[in-house]
Amino acid sequence: MELTIGHLYPDLLNLYGDRGNIQCMKKRCEWRGIGARVIQYELGDSIDFSKLDIVLLGGGSDREQMIVGDRLMEIEDEFRAYVEDDGVVIAVCGGYQLLGNYYQTPEGRIEGLGIVDLDTEQGKDFRLIDNIVLESDLFSMPIVGFENHGGRTNIKNNKPLGKVIYGSGNDSVSGYEGVVYKNVIGTYLHGPLLPKNPQIADYLIRKALERKYKQPVTLAELPDIEEKEANAYIYNRFKGKVSKPQNQEQLV
Amino acid sequence: MKLRRMAAVWTAKIVAKICKMMGKQGVTWAGKIALSMDPAILTELADEVREKIYVVCGTNGKTTTNNLLCSTLEAQGKKVICNHTGSNMLNGCVAAFVLSAKNNGRLDADYACIEVDEASALRIFPHFQPDYMVLTNLFRDQLDRYGEIDITMNLMMEAMRMAPQMKIIVNADDALSTYVAMESGNPYVTYGIGDKVFEESINEIKEGRFCKKCGAKMEYHFYHFSQLGDYYCSHCDFKRPEIKYNATNIQTQNQLSFDVGTRHIAANYRGFYNVYNILACYAAAREGGLEIANFTDVLKKYNPENGRNEHFSIKGTEIILNLAKNPAGFNQNISAVMEDEKKKDLIILINDNDQDGTDVSWLWDVDFDRLADANVSSITVSGIRCQDMRLRLKYVDITSKVEPDVEKAIRESIACGCGNLYVLVNYTGLYSTHNILKKMENEN
Repeated sequence: MELTIGHLYPDLLNLYGDRGNIQCMKKRCEWRGIGARVIQYELGDSIDFSKLDIVLLGGGSDREQMIVGDRLMEIEDEFRAYVEDDGVVIAVCGGYQLLGNYYQTPEGRIEGLGIVDLDTEQGKDFRLIDNIVLESDLFSMPIVGFENHGGRTNIKNNKPLGKVIYGSGNDSVSGYEGVVYKNVIGTYLHGPLLPKNPQIADYLIRKALERKYKQPVTLAELPDIEEKEANAYIYNRFKGKVSKPQNQEQLV
Repeated sequence: MKLRRMAAVWTAKIVAKICKMMGKQGVTWAGKIALSMDPAILTELADEVREKIYVVCGTNGKTTTNNLLCSTLEAQGKKVICNHTGSNMLNGCVAAFVLSAKNNGRLDADYACIEVDEASALRIFPHFQPDYMVLTNLFRDQLDRYGEIDITMNLMMEAMRMAPQMKIIVNADDALSTYVAMESGNPYVTYGIGDKVFEESINEIKEGRFCKKCGAKMEYHFYHFSQLGDYYCSHCDFKRPEIKYNATNIQTQNQLSFDVGTRHIAANYRGFYNVYNILACYAAAREGGLEIANFTDVLKKYNPENGRNEHFSIKGTEIILNLAKNPAGFNQNISAVMEDEKKKDLIILINDNDQDGTDVSWLWDVDFDRLADANVSSITVSGIRCQDMRLRLKYVDITSKVEPDVEKAIRESIACGCGNLYVLVNYTGLYSTHNILKKMENEN
């Protein structure tokens, strides 16, 4: 078996160790004897979504995100068709916001792809910056990471990725983080997301294989000692604590 | 008014002394108290500096460049104010002046060399306007504290405009720093490495892939490392400017050496990045009108005592302690480890305290895979986030031992290692690891 992972615009969207998400998926395929090919797309490249099994859309600075947003508008139809055909997408931070309808700032509105029905508005006072811990119906293992976002995202009737145990999540009030729509996961978590959350990496790999080979797939278990210990460290350090995003002013 | 200043100076000195006795770095506290007792103290003391005031800014190389500049000026017989410990925010800057003042509240100094945190320049320049600013480079660092690099660039530019006479001594090889210096409207001069040194550049994350001036893609004739190199915009006229202080004939094996014009410069330490630190210091001194004929002697005698490339020798093990706190700095540390062809052990300490940046995702932007070819016999990961570090290495097929307590890790390496040890730590681990190594040195 073999998968092709498309990394969208790593030149521009590479803010929080997103390379680690790619490395993680690739290694976890290889350790199981599954071939994994990574294609890095630059801004001008055309993308043939029919060749892709997993798409990674990462986060960038506001300015870089705007450049990417303009480009994504040009490939909106192909991207949407891929998602509606159960294509696997992992979108982090800015990438998550771009999947939605818009990002509203006091200066104006950045249009999103509208592939997932969610809206983002810039928060008034402070960015939400801290470690974060989630519990998710999809996995028995907790999800841990780091969040750093000014946007507050409303996922409306969509299913969240998880319930916030520590940290802020989508909008700091709903108590939920991220979104799961078909085979798309959108989330503010970096750290990067996948190495400390191998359950999510494996979920994406399994969904992609099942879609490609049109049959149920059970992935071989990996020992994951380092992954589990790193995950458990964050979980144990922050569970039961009160998160303090309000204290986290930006240093400007 | 003088009485107020005297009282502030005395109080600050007492506070610093008490903190030192308690084994704490009380420098910033001393500065804070002095400023609250006499809000004009920094302005007045800075006024008493007889010749020039330098500030050193930039993501990496600030402390080394600044301390080296201080040693260089002192070697010309000058009296110099300097924040040696790297306390580089407003309070640390105040402390450097106040703790050097005499008991009558007066300052006796020819020069001041102050390293300044990128975000703090805006808070410091209302107190005094420096004559020169050295701008070393701008890399991504502590995104959770500073935000994106664009924000840092804007802060720097705003600060420069507060001191419009201040001359910027800028690293021409860094498009981001150069852009900031040019756009500020301040006078500037350049230093850099004009010619290609390495055949291939490593696959690092690079900042500034797009021209800050017009937004088009930035092209490069070659890279030195990270985004440093010979760049030009594919669309507008922005490109690397002509280099006034140009390092040529660079040698990095064993002894670092290079030429600037007709001057030959050699130093005892490793690391290609140190070419920039030494060159920046040289350019700063020359711009200030100093001949510095004894520069190579200064470099030979310079022994950093602040954990930047600091050397220790303990029970037959040679130890280098160095700071590695962001991807660009860590990649250069790895290059320095690779330049040493001998077998070595490695300890990597990663903390996530506020001063380190609480977000450790930057570890995934460091090219640790290169350690596979660095003749490393063992790697121990330590510090608060040792688990993250071990996991990071796992994904480049490198196994490591976990020992959260760095003292134990060091003792273990000395007892069982190969006699050549590198200890790479991020910010808050630096002071404590330095003290542990000092203590162990005295046990000999």
